[in-house]
Amino acid sequence: MNTFRVDQEFFLDPQRCIGCHACEMACAECETNGQFPMIHVDYVDRYYTPQTSVQICMHCEDPVCARVCPAVAIEKDEYGIVHSAKTDRCIACSNCVNACPFGVPRKIEPMDLMMKCNMCYDRTSAGKRPMCATVCPSGALFYGTREEMARRRPNSSPVNTFKFGKQTVKTRVNIMMPKGSTELVVDANG
Amino acid sequence: MFATLNLLALLSASLATLALVVSIYVGSRNLGNFDPALIAYLFGCIFACFGVVYRYTVWLQRPPTWRYFSRGWQLFFTGKAISYGWELTKHFVGNFLGQNFIRKRGKSVGYGHFLMAWGCLLAFAVTFPLVFGWIHFGLKPGGINTYEIYVFGFKTDEFPLHTWIAELIFNALNWSAILVIAGVMLMMRRRLTHAGQIAIQTFENDWLPLLLLLAISVTGIGISVDNRFMEGRAHQFMAITHAITVILFLIWMPFGKFFHIIQRPAQLGIAIYRRAADEGPQAVCPHTGEAFLSGMQLSDLKHVTAELGFDFTRRDGKSHLDYSPCGKRALLARAHLKARQKSGHLFG
Repeated sequence: MNTFRVDQEFFLDPQRCIGCHACEMACAECETNGQFPMIHVDYVDRYYTPQTSVQICMHCEDPVCARVCPAVAIEKDEYGIVHSAKTDRCIACSNCVNACPFGVPRKIEPMDLMMKCNMCYDRTSAGKRPMCATVCPSGALFYGTREEMARRRPNSSPVNTFKFGKQTVKTRVNIMMPKGSTELVVDANG
Repeated sequence: MFATLNLLALLSASLATLALVVSIYVGSRNLGNFDPALIAYLFGCIFACFGVVYRYTVWLQRPPTWRYFSRGWQLFFTGKAISYGWELTKHFVGNFLGQNFIRKRGKSVGYGHFLMAWGCLLAFAVTFPLVFGWIHFGLKPGGINTYEIYVFGFKTDEFPLHTWIAELIFNALNWSAILVIAGVMLMMRRRLTHAGQIAIQTFENDWLPLLLLLAISVTGIGISVDNRFMEGRAHQFMAITHAITVILFLIWMPFGKFFHIIQRPAQLGIAIYRRAADEGPQAVCPHTGEAFLSGMQLSDLKHVTAELGFDFTRRDGKSHLDYSPCGKRALLARAHLKARQKSGHLFG
């Protein structure tokens, strides 16, 4: 029985990521991924800075990955979760991998299949938290209610509007920004 | 009701259906070789033809699909027919006949799908020509021990009755049913025990197709069992239930999961596309400094996203799509850091 909790949301704070990769190990435990971690933990620019960052699927309201899929293999469900490509349809063209503005989907080469974070649907559909959010030691990944998040981060605002060049993208997942922010502008010159 | 009707799809589906009806009429020699007992199956096939072509045409009109479809054919006719032909052959043998890529997703899904797919293909190869009246059998005149095979009304072969060849041919649909049942069992076992599959499966998309294939196979074998061991006492029940399940399959084909049987060969075009992409110039990510995608695919992707109403053009004139997935993640992390720095607090 599906007991997805619609009152709970994902809150991402990349600035808090310490690059421990615990989320990656936990992600590989997700049954829907077939033991492949779908979360990304990156050094942002290792030569110049020790900054690390974490990225999960942001579950866009109008997912570009699904729109550019020639096989109509990617679908968004009634809870706003954008799922991995349907195995019977995915033709492994990589359009979704390269169109996603957040750089999230992965192509699993030998399987000829795209896979991505589906917010641990095996767990969230049973009312549990995603694996990564249960193990993150620094609070970069949090899954809970808006009220809980507001209590934990009184000086931040959850933002789910992103600007990639001229394109505005709205997402189900929030990123924690300085209080009062309404959007995150992603542009090298921004 | 007709507001969403796709005229191009309607036209192609009507033409394809008309062509099928004409080919049935001509191929069965003015319906002379058509078996009236199969009339219900025939109407199921005609509906499936209309539905499949309609949906396929609608699908092809999607900007990304059309881009790949047209590019695939364009590449195929650019004078590299031999090298692309070889690529297609490799892909066809390995991934279509052998279904290697599915086995790499898991042994149980690989073998289960292999059995189901070959069972279905064998059944299609027997059923469609029989239903259309393109193939029929007859006793050789002057005896009762030899059967003749006629294709489009022309005699092509003959075989003696009561031999293993006769058993093999007469029971072709039973062999296919056994393959399908074995495959369905493997797939059902997986759907009952794999936690990941249980989480994301739906009745309509994942269980109904398996149940339908099982019902078709069991009722199909039931007809033979009834004939051989029950003196035909349950023939009417077996024949009607089998016809209902097969016709349901045919009617549902354009709408449900079985459409992937028609859709899947598009992957052959992707094999050519990838080959051409590997041979051409590569796009280099401004962040990582590494090649991440072919220039052709990047350009196609920019066109497709623009057609779909997305505009990733940045202030520096570049596109956000010029960055690799890793580069895009770095841009986002930098932008987030910058916003935090600007606020005077790295953590809030």
